[in-house]
Amino acid sequence: MSILDLFKRRTSAPVARERLQVLLAYERRSRGQPDLVSILREEIMAVIAKHVQIDQDYIQVSMDRGETMSTLEIDIQIPNKSAVPLAMAG
Amino acid sequence: MGKVVVVTSGKGGVGKTTSTAALGAAVAKTGKKVALVDFDVGLRNLDLIMGAERRVVFDLVNVIQGQAKLSQALIRDKRVDTLFLLPASQTRDKDALTEDGVGEVIDKLRSVFDYVFCDSPAGIERGAQLAMRFADEAVIVTNPEVSSVRDSDRIIGLLDARTMRAEQGEQIAKHVLVTRYDAARAARGEMLSIDDVLEILSVPLLGIIPESQDVLRASNLGSPVTLSEPLNNAARAYLEAARRLEGEDLPVVVPFERKGFLDRLLGRRAA
Repeated sequence: MSILDLFKRRTSAPVARERLQVLLAYERRSRGQPDLVSILREEIMAVIAKHVQIDQDYIQVSMDRGETMSTLEIDIQIPNKSAVPLAMAG
Repeated sequence: MGKVVVVTSGKGGVGKTTSTAALGAAVAKTGKKVALVDFDVGLRNLDLIMGAERRVVFDLVNVIQGQAKLSQALIRDKRVDTLFLLPASQTRDKDALTEDGVGEVIDKLRSVFDYVFCDSPAGIERGAQLAMRFADEAVIVTNPEVSSVRDSDRIIGLLDARTMRAEQGEQIAKHVLVTRYDAARAARGEMLSIDDVLEILSVPLLGIIPESQDVLRASNLGSPVTLSEPLNNAARAYLEAARRLEGEDLPVVVPFERKGFLDRLLGRRAA
């Protein structure tokens, strides 16, 4: 850093532009899809919870929207000791 | 058949009402018949900006609910006799507006006036959606600032999805009007540039209104700036924007500030 840099004010507009571009790219993609991922997450949770005891924190639902194909990834971790079906455990 | 233009922004306080008044008056001055409709039911302000606040008898809600005829609610401007105002109701809320009712009023206005400007309330709720519902064109008022640009992008999404034209598979013509532009701050790289805003929103530019004390003074006096002080910079920018809205191919000149001696000396870069 030279001594001259001390006098140069760093401009904030380029930072604003970059932040907006990243944010809006994301917001435009998810537009018209009212939180599909969280709806799926809730319903899948409900189905599984009927049969197996699970912890909310161990469920990951993610969606990757591609141009020709999208993938829905569901990752459920079931701790071994509670993997016993509820009916048998009860 | 007249053209219906919604003036909208998403964010509040960016200059929708001021711009509706200034653009509407500018178009009316050319002899076109213009109606300004205030959709901000419960928080009306267009009457105040137009200097007609003491002449309001009936309003948009009265007309929709059949308590008054459209001709009784329209207020003729005292300065330009082709300019009319349909005020919003101050005592009701936005639920008093029905889609069918608004549609009927807009249809009647469209058949009588050359231009119908709909001044949208802030936000993206019912009032804002009804203001844009029947529009042929949209003026998106944007300040060169992150939250305003983000909200404008959201409104553009709604214009392309929720308007009658969009639902019928037609295009709604969109224009960005940048207001409160400060050339000195933009030159110092402290404010989003016009290019930044246009690149992000990818909507053509209608005009650039410089930040100006004259606009505030015009509001204080209850006169659109294009009528009270037509020679100042902000008014000239509005007058040119109005000509572009009418289809004239008029290049937009970005206001610039000459760099000061100190800026040059310290090598501050323009963004």
